[in-house]
Amino acid sequence: MDFISYGLKAFFSTRPYGWDMIRAIRSCKTAAEERAVVRKECAAIRAAISENDQDYRHRNLAKLMFIHMLGYPTHFGQMECLKLIASSGFPEKRIGYLGLMLLLDERQEVLMLVTNSLKQDLNHSNQYIIGLALCALGNICSAEMARDLAPEVERLLQFRDPNIRKKAALCSIRIIKKVPDLAENFINPAASLLREKHHGVLITGVQLCTDLCKVSSEALEYFREKCTEGLVKTLKDMANSPYAPEYDIAGITDPFLHIRLLKILRILGQGDADASDCMNDILAQVATKIESNKNAGNAILYECVGTIMSIEDNGGLRVLAINILGRFLSNRDNNIRYVALNMLMKAIMVDAQAVQRHRATILECVKDSDASIRKKALDLVYVLVNESNVKPLTKELIEYLEASDQEFKGVLTAKICSLVEKFSPEKIWYIDQMLKVLSEAGNFVKDEVWHALIVVISNASDLHGYSVRALYRAFQTSTEQETLVRVAVWCIGEYGDMLVNNVGMLDIEEPITVTESDAVDALEVSIKRHNSDLTTKAMALIALLKLSSRFPSCSERIKDIILQNKRSFVLELQQRSIEFNCILQKHQNIRSALVERMPVLDEATFSGRRAGSLPTSVSTSTGTARNLPNGIAKPAAAPVADLLDLSSDDAPAPSSSGGDFLQDLLGVDLSSASAPPGTSQPPKAGTDVLLDLLSIGTSPPAQSSSSASNILSSIQDDKASLANLNGLASLTSLSPNATSASPAPMMDLLDGFGPSPQKKEENGPAYPSLVAYESSTLRMTFNISKQPGNPQTTLIQAIFTNLSPNVYNDFLFQAAVPKFLQLHLDPASSNTLPASGNGSITQSMKVTNSQHGKKSLVMRIRIAYKINNKDVLEEGQVSNFPRDL
Amino acid sequence: MIRFVLLQNRQGKTRLAKYYVPLEDSEKHKVEYEVHRLVVNRDPKFTNFVEFRTHKVIYRRYAGLFFSLCVDITDNELAYLECIHLFVEILDHFFSNVCELDLVFNFHKVYLILDEFILAGELQETSKKAIIERMGELEKLE
Repeated sequence: MDFISYGLKAFFSTRPYGWDMIRAIRSCKTAAEERAVVRKECAAIRAAISENDQDYRHRNLAKLMFIHMLGYPTHFGQMECLKLIASSGFPEKRIGYLGLMLLLDERQEVLMLVTNSLKQDLNHSNQYIIGLALCALGNICSAEMARDLAPEVERLLQFRDPNIRKKAALCSIRIIKKVPDLAENFINPAASLLREKHHGVLITGVQLCTDLCKVSSEALEYFREKCTEGLVKTLKDMANSPYAPEYDIAGITDPFLHIRLLKILRILGQGDADASDCMNDILAQVATKIESNKNAGNAILYECVGTIMSIEDNGGLRVLAINILGRFLSNRDNNIRYVALNMLMKAIMVDAQAVQRHRATILECVKDSDASIRKKALDLVYVLVNESNVKPLTKELIEYLEASDQEFKGVLTAKICSLVEKFSPEKIWYIDQMLKVLSEAGNFVKDEVWHALIVVISNASDLHGYSVRALYRAFQTSTEQETLVRVAVWCIGEYGDMLVNNVGMLDIEEPITVTESDAVDALEVSIKRHNSDLTTKAMALIALLKLSSRFPSCSERIKDIILQNKRSFVLELQQRSIEFNCILQKHQNIRSALVERMPVLDEATFSGRRAGSLPTSVSTSTGTARNLPNGIAKPAAAPVADLLDLSSDDAPAPSSSGGDFLQDLLGVDLSSASAPPGTSQPPKAGTDVLLDLLSIGTSPPAQSSSSASNILSSIQDDKASLANLNGLASLTSLSPNATSASPAPMMDLLDGFGPSPQKKEENGPAYPSLVAYESSTLRMTFNISKQPGNPQTTLIQAIFTNLSPNVYNDFLFQAAVPKFLQLHLDPASSNTLPASGNGSITQSMKVTNSQHGKKSLVMRIRIAYKINNKDVLEEGQVSNFPRDL
Repeated sequence: MIRFVLLQNRQGKTRLAKYYVPLEDSEKHKVEYEVHRLVVNRDPKFTNFVEFRTHKVIYRRYAGLFFSLCVDITDNELAYLECIHLFVEILDHFFSNVCELDLVFNFHKVYLILDEFILAGELQETSKKAIIERMGELEKLE
């Protein structure tokens, strides 16, 4: 209808409040004009307020409500509402209460002023005024008001006029939600409402009982015992009632009441077999008799299915319900399919097998054009997946990933990744699927997901070659997906030699020929790719550094590429480029050791850390101790420790000082201040994991982090980890003194901008490490140190190295000492010892010698572990400790 | 429970906004803007349900007007869809062939009708006739 004909309509009736103003506002062509009109009107209303104009007050408030609806401030009208409410006439009160509900809410203090007026109006002789007060109370009542006015509302539940009773019932809901303690007062009056014939009162009464059951178990018990039969009978009467024009919707009498009744039956029947039994018949009747060709009927069926699923088991009814859902699922109306998916989600708890039957249809719904349906269906598929169907379902989902629209890809990718991770039957399948996801929607993959992929690849030593080749192939076809590029870059850096030499070829692979320079090409592309972000570029630089020793033929070219970043505007890259260049040019002797392959990060540790559930003893990092501002600073030792990144749990504090310099060398710590503004920084957790990947992964459990002994023990840690790097081990053994665990050649790396020259500190006597135990399969080395000023106590760090080609699981080291010694054993860094010296386990212990100077240390040891689930036990005695311990 | 009722036109102008949970004014404007964005471009074949934050919006379009109800995630979507239709029928009956302008010029009447239909976020009366009669009685008192 257009404006003119509306004018005619208004002509025959009285003009509504604010007609002129609304017309003026509607005729405004611009927002500025509208503001001007509103300003003028507001000024007039303010003037009227200050003159205390009685006659037009309610008209002015009506105008103000319109202005409020347009989004302008109207707080100055709040007191007018209160005045109108306090006036005696019905029209004034009506507008006053309306204004109160629109302009104020329960949090405004002004509302306190209205409590008294409300109380008076609730006791008014005019039932229409009582109605107004109840309505306002129901919509904006606060907890204080609820307490003050609950008795009035309770009384009104028995008022003679049904209009008041139903309003009072809904008001009571608000009251018991605000103050659940008041619930018990309402139980009896609410129960009597259930016997009403008036639909309005009945539906509000049922609703009140439902909410009472939610806040009070006492109410639930009461209604379950006293009212279940009555409610069943009411529903039966409703279902069998003849045509009632007043309540008829699509041939059903009052579907809303049907639904309310089914809902309360659900609550009463849940967890109670007797009540459930009582309602079986009527539920069966509703489920079979209600027509499902109209929305109203479907709404009832839907509610009925929900009730059947929730109450105590009745096989026959459940079959009926699942069949209804099956019918819903094949309905052409999207709404019906949506609710079917919604309900199947609940049905899966009850009868997973029945839901599995609809799998194909549900999978189709994932591809629906309607986002609401897609999301529901995806949630459902997610819970439907199990070990037996993960392969076909994942295949479908990944195929769909290609076709899905951008908004949906994020959710879909997250779900696929999580499924693949959770149910993957074998590692190669996991790697394959992840690769597909990365190539298709790598930009949507979360950091922790691709970090996990790297951990899995690095743990699957037989698949290194396969993975790097597959990644290389994927990289050749698509460089658009950031995370794919990152994983590919990492793998090429680590396993570049396997790529070139086709190491570990699987039968299913097609052989490819990649030259060393091809591999370097790939890395160069990812550095120069304009949309690569900082993390990718930094990772590519590290990969290049690694390749420089694996591919001697390309080292000149690698140096060139690294040098190209010397003038990068991004500080991080510039710094890396200069550092790496130093390594390439001046430190040939240690380079190959420095760029060794990453030690394998234990999968269990990694996933435990992802879940944030690591025991504190392991996560206590030496980093804390190192950063303690205690007098015995070790500027030289710190960088070395950082280089090996013992603090694998803590992301090191960002710092541009020379101290953390070497840590940056190997870490990809972009959280430092060097990242330029605007660069998207990866979340801290992500960085953390990357640091972990690049770290040694042996976080020694230094527990008493605040004690002075830590200074030494952390040096010990550094040394221990140095020993882990085969190449660097010699350096350690060369240094007879613990404090010189940071050897001079390393310091040169700093090349001018390093920290101040190393200071020798008096850290007490130091001892060379000793091989405490060695068999054909296992070597145990002790690094021994003393705390200054505490000659009785000896700190020992045990390092276990596997000399056999088998992985040791469930590794357990035990030690026993004679009575004059006290032994304290810290938890081990891991319980898995990789094969062939490819890593180690460290464990610290503290021995206190009560007869220091008289007797020297001695220790019996027992080492238990499993090879392919077979128990192995090794025992021995350590008596070659230095004498003066 | 119904958290709010919104009536908006295609341009996003709010014609009626009733909140049954307390929200700041700024938050209300944001909600109105977001709900409009959510519903305005949806294909008519799509479901009438959209998830909105931790709740869901049940909406229905009548000519250029969107009626939206924000309800709890566990509520019966189809029932609320029916509820919107009943409300529209009541308006249509009350204004005899309702149009957007009726709702603009008589916005406070629309609120009064809504108050007879929904209270405290719950359905109060399911009979169109009862509500129209009640409105008639109240008009007489004006």
